[in-house]
Amino acid sequence: MHWIDYASPHSVREAVDLLNEAGGSARPMAGGTDVLVQLRANALPDVNLLVDMKNIPELNEMTMDPEVGLTLGAAVPCYKIYGNKAIEHAFPGLIDCASLIGGTQIQGRASLGGNLCNAAPSGDSIPVMIALGGVARISGPSGDREVPLEDFCTGVRRTVIQQGEILVSLHFPAPVANQGANYMRFIPRNEMDIAVAGVGCSVVLDNGNIKSARVALSSVAPTPLYVKEIGDAIAGKPANEETLKLAGQMAKDAAKPITDMRGTIEYRKHLCDVLTRRSLQIAIDRAKES
Amino acid sequence: MPAKTYVRTIINGEHVDFLCEPRQSLLECLRDVIGLTGTKEGCNDGNCGACTVSMDGRIVTACLVLGVEAEGKEITTIEGIAKGSQLHPVQQAFLENAALQCGICTPGFIVSSVALLEKIPQPSEHQIRFWLANNLCRCTGYDKIVRAVQDAATKM
Ligand SMILES: Cc1cc2nc3c(=O)[nH]c(=O)nc-3n(C[C@H](O)[C@H](O)[C@H](O)COP(=O)(O)OP(=O)(O)OC[C@H]3O[C@@H](n4cnc5c(N)ncnc54)[C@H](O)[C@@H]3O)c2cc1C
Ligand code: FES
Ligand code: FES
Repeated sequence: MHWIDYASPHSVREAVDLLNEAGGSARPMAGGTDVLVQLRANALPDVNLLVDMKNIPELNEMTMDPEVGLTLGAAVPCYKIYGNKAIEHAFPGLIDCASLIGGTQIQGRASLGGNLCNAAPSGDSIPVMIALGGVARISGPSGDREVPLEDFCTGVRRTVIQQGEILVSLHFPAPVANQGANYMRFIPRNEMDIAVAGVGCSVVLDNGNIKSARVALSSVAPTPLYVKEIGDAIAGKPANEETLKLAGQMAKDAAKPITDMRGTIEYRKHLCDVLTRRSLQIAIDRAKES
Repeated sequence: MPAKTYVRTIINGEHVDFLCEPRQSLLECLRDVIGLTGTKEGCNDGNCGACTVSMDGRIVTACLVLGVEAEGKEITTIEGIAKGSQLHPVQQAFLENAALQCGICTPGFIVSSVALLEKIPQPSEHQIRFWLANNLCRCTGYDKIVRAVQDAATKM
């Protein structure tokens, strides 16, 4: 690895100042499971300062309020998320992704904030965070702003985060009655692999009908893909096989995958269909139990 | 540019201070600076788990931790698993079940397995395989490792 310096600020302001002063040569680091790998692979030749996010109180926050919802600090590692009873109860969809990123050791470090800011098309936490209506809270030299997660990733490894800004936390509205969510990916192994395709979804039921739904896909476009049309089309329809078939077909049509070593365009589109039906079914089952 | 940073840690129960460059991984610090070579390097990118250590009670891959991040942390490496000449039940079970061949992966597997049994004293085979998914072994085919962990669980 080329020479780098390291700073560990204890406040958002200090972090923003450090990043701002350094211009483009500084990078935030949460768990480091992407950024250290990229530095070692010489993929970030201009970076010479890592600014550690883990000692800033706001980035470690995990507050669950039945009215306001969940505030999840951007640097909270996966294992703390699936170790939290309140999150487990209210947001099983977040548990799905936090417990399948990497393996045990990676989950000891990797954060959902880092997963989002890394903005890989295959980022496993992003689809379900979009489906849950998540919002990014960002702080920067010119103040604070909020961005809905479906607008956060702008290209492969590109996000709305501007020079000097940091992601402080993720906010998820409190689940309503009869709501359920899920994230499901397809990989050739059982664990420790990159998604060939993935689906995150959230549904709200009303007497056996779908009241509202949000579906997003991973690994089938340059960014995680929020497919608003699916929710629009299945709202008001019964939560049955026919409706799931429609959703699956729409996911297949919306996906814009490429062919690479992990799968062909046809295969990935087919996966979007199957995974959307299966993932929605789990979300529906969870909504019934909630 | 400051050449080196002073880092204070507790490693295997003892205060250990060391100097390192910010770019050096905890793995490099353990092996090349402190001289604890039990922790192995396989891939150096987080995939193989040969470098697994416990940091403040959580297992991590030391190749994806900076040495400077270890400031104030408690670390357990493979050297801290046995009590003097008394092997830990997991180490004993790895020997008795022939759960190693070349041995490069073994320190990582043992540190991970000890952490698993501390969290889940009687894990199912499924739980063992998922917990150890971040540890790769190119020799044993994993079955003997799983059996060793199951065996150790009955003896702890
Ligand atoms: C062996 C291995 C297996 C993996 N498996 C998976 C997997 O199954 N699924 C998956 O999706 N990913 C996987 N990953 C990738 C990685 O672990 C995840 O993307 C992880 O969530 C990144 O989180 P982090 O906290 O480590 O991020 P970091 O590496 O610290 O940061 C990632 C990026 O986000 C930026 N960043 C971090 N925090 C902030 C912030 N607060 N504000 C602004 N920018 C910020 C950094 O500058 C960097 O560009 C794997 C990685 C490894 C090494
Ligand atoms: S050397 Fe660290 S995971 Fe392989
Ligand atoms: S014993 Fe050789 S890699 Fe596991």
